[in-house]
Amino acid sequence: MSTTTQDAPVEDEAHHDEETNYLNHDTGIWSWLATKDHKRIGILYCISLAVVFLAAGILALFMRAELSAPGETIMGNETYNQVFTMHGILMVFLFLVPSIPAILGNFVLPMQIGAKDVAFPKLNLASWYVYMAGAILTIAALLTGGVDTGWTFYTPYSSTTGGGVLWMTAAIFVAGFASIFTGLNFIVTVHKMRAPGMTWNRLPLFIWGIYATSIVQVLATPVIGITMVLLILEQTMQIGIFDPALGGDPVLFQHFFWFYSHPAVYIMILPAFGILSELIATFSRSRIFGYRAIALSSVAIAMLGFLVWGHHMFVSGQSAISSIVFSLITYLIGIPSGIKVFNWVATLYKGSIWLQTPMLYALSFLFLFTIGGFTGIMVGVLAVDVQLHDTYYVVSHFHYVMMGGSVVALLGGMHYWWPKITGRMYNETLGKIAAGLVFVGFNLTFFPQLVLGSRGMPRRYANYAERFAGLHELSTYGSWVLGAGLFLILGYALWSLAYGEEAPANPWGATTLEWTNVAAIPDHHNFKRTPLVTRGPYDFHLADEVFGGGDGEALGDDVPRIPEPAPSAPTEDDTAASASA
Amino acid sequence: MGDFWLPEAASTMAPEVDSLFNFVTVVSTILLVGVVAAMLWFVYRYRRQDPGERPAPVEESKLLEISWIVIPTILVLLVFNWGFKSFIKQKTVPPDAYEIRVQARQWSWTFEYPNGVTSDTMYVPANEPVKTTMSSSNVLHSFFVPAFRVKQDVLPNRYSSVWFEATKKGTYDVFCTEYCGLDHSEMDAAVKVVSRERFDQWLKESATPTDIPLPRLGEQLYSQQGCQGCHSLDGSDMVGPTWQGLYGKTGHEMADGSTVTVDENYLRTSILQSGDKIVQGYQNVMPSYSNLSEREVAGLVAFIKEQSDQEPPQN
Repeated sequence: MSTTTQDAPVEDEAHHDEETNYLNHDTGIWSWLATKDHKRIGILYCISLAVVFLAAGILALFMRAELSAPGETIMGNETYNQVFTMHGILMVFLFLVPSIPAILGNFVLPMQIGAKDVAFPKLNLASWYVYMAGAILTIAALLTGGVDTGWTFYTPYSSTTGGGVLWMTAAIFVAGFASIFTGLNFIVTVHKMRAPGMTWNRLPLFIWGIYATSIVQVLATPVIGITMVLLILEQTMQIGIFDPALGGDPVLFQHFFWFYSHPAVYIMILPAFGILSELIATFSRSRIFGYRAIALSSVAIAMLGFLVWGHHMFVSGQSAISSIVFSLITYLIGIPSGIKVFNWVATLYKGSIWLQTPMLYALSFLFLFTIGGFTGIMVGVLAVDVQLHDTYYVVSHFHYVMMGGSVVALLGGMHYWWPKITGRMYNETLGKIAAGLVFVGFNLTFFPQLVLGSRGMPRRYANYAERFAGLHELSTYGSWVLGAGLFLILGYALWSLAYGEEAPANPWGATTLEWTNVAAIPDHHNFKRTPLVTRGPYDFHLADEVFGGGDGEALGDDVPRIPEPAPSAPTEDDTAASASA
Repeated sequence: MGDFWLPEAASTMAPEVDSLFNFVTVVSTILLVGVVAAMLWFVYRYRRQDPGERPAPVEESKLLEISWIVIPTILVLLVFNWGFKSFIKQKTVPPDAYEIRVQARQWSWTFEYPNGVTSDTMYVPANEPVKTTMSSSNVLHSFFVPAFRVKQDVLPNRYSSVWFEATKKGTYDVFCTEYCGLDHSEMDAAVKVVSRERFDQWLKESATPTDIPLPRLGEQLYSQQGCQGCHSLDGSDMVGPTWQGLYGKTGHEMADGSTVTVDENYLRTSILQSGDKIVQGYQNVMPSYSNLSEREVAGLVAFIKEQSDQEPPQN
């Protein structure tokens, strides 16, 4: 925040109408609930998802409390089974799947490509309402007896247990449409609404990440919808599909379920890759090393992600041949993921690295995601997975990817774009402390779980053998540190809304359009004039509009950098004028 | 390092799985340390010292890009090939393997031997290949013996199997690793690896003699059939009602609101058609034991009678 740009031209320009921005041009509750502004929809999603994350996070703390010692500590088996089920369902279906695309994708994507809004603003609003309908059905499931099936709903247990299972599956069916709407919207927006000069090779990598995600959302989500409908039909009309008692096959359910739920993992992580590229580039002021490799590896992962679902089923009873093929393809996915990590590290080389909070999250991500990736290779090894399947090793592995990857990237992204979203800065010192607590707490929680798992501790156990007690206890202490970090973030975020220092238009000296060409608090229509893009997204050496001058020389400490907007594209008037002339 | 990460190894398959696990762990650790060290060094070496810094762009290197595509590809293919070969061994049952039937239900295991002996503890002879043929009477379960490095889902509609050759005498855990409801975490059993002589002796002693008194037969079945997993003898409440003081009880309340008197016929029905009458406050999860012989049912009923000092009222 030290390179503030109080006297920047953007500020001056914004000065004339500083009264109107996307937050205050229209007020009242209805102006929010009926908004078609992608930025406001992003905020609606942000509030809803924060509530879900808080609820699911508190459930996680309860789980860790129950597991702090063997035997029953704070809840019985029945409650524990419901708690871990709801933790999984809320986190996966109602938080992680929508999270980055719906919050940051909505807010940032149109601005980054120089568009006024997404292609279908009404569909965008509908997406949020459909999501909320899914949330209401989830509450109905809780009121009708809760769900104790695990987030995977494996049959025949899920057909026999009763309670709110039907409501829950209906909720997932409905919430899926929110995901499809968002994905469809983004694909069309990226194809049709890029500003002049914004070629595919000039797209910021966040856009590439969201674009790849959107393809997966549109293609994979219908399958979970169909699966949930089949589950409902089986139970209400006694049509035998999955339940052996009716002549169905439970392994078929697992194929259907993972055909969505494995690609869903990429729905969660691909946008995180996108955020990471933005953070690494901005805070090391370097062009992303291997831009094309990172962009295309996202697309490669999105495609290969459809072909590996069977690696969840090595011990399910599927044929050995299938397992072997799925294992091989799984390794192929490891390669593009590795390419990304190596390229990000190489981007730091000869950069100018600024350790602000978002960058701390980016560096945490590199560490945590690398562990998540290597443990992923481990569970992909056929013979070893037989030992590790359905143990805490798997639990820890996917938390390293989902929490250490997606959530840490989301936190980094939220800090990075917080000034643009709210117009205010967060407290940098508290931000760094919280990032440290999250990093330490996360590792303290989940590293012991890796060891627990390889030693044979099965997952979804309310009680466990005495010999696992020490590591479980350590993991519970870790969850408190992690929880403290996350609550600290919640605290200073709320504080910043009311008392935070006012943010300049481009506090980080970033070079993408949402920082260079948009006011501190974006205008209702994002841009005064449609920008004309003349360079790559991370061409800091060409970004004279950010740094001033063309020689790259520092202007001296007390002379602020001068972020100037990129030139505007010719308007129709200009073109008409030049044509007639 | 294997000792830190992995449990005791007690089968022929374990060393093979362990060396693969250790190989992947070591290579991953080296690469992780490399990546993190490079990251931290760059962060320190190229830290921003002036807010106006504007470093010159770094040229991309084709050689680097190619090397970090090719080297990881070679590594993962190596690991895949190794894992694939071991997996084939895990899946190829030796032809002379001794067969044990494993029956899984919510929430207990029963092991059945070729001579008809059933037990809730799995006895296996050391240094001989053993094959399990497994099925479930209701939902999915999974048979996992960490010390043997074997795991396989147990399904209600088809048989699945694993094989192992135990190498070390001792007692090891069997866990259920496919979530199966309320008492999933209590669905464990023990595997006892004993010498061939001890095994034969146990098998002979456990064969149900025809001449023991009915209550003693019932007592044996109580543990062999896994009844003790859900029904206590000391009055404590488990998944099912306790057997203490059960026999002779009047006004025993059912889930549908009716009441019954606990007599021999009620007990017989509850064993053979377990879903017919559900006691108030309990779930309908007990499998049917219609595979028991007439004498075995009579034995169980006699044993349950012993757990009570009441008699049902005569009428």
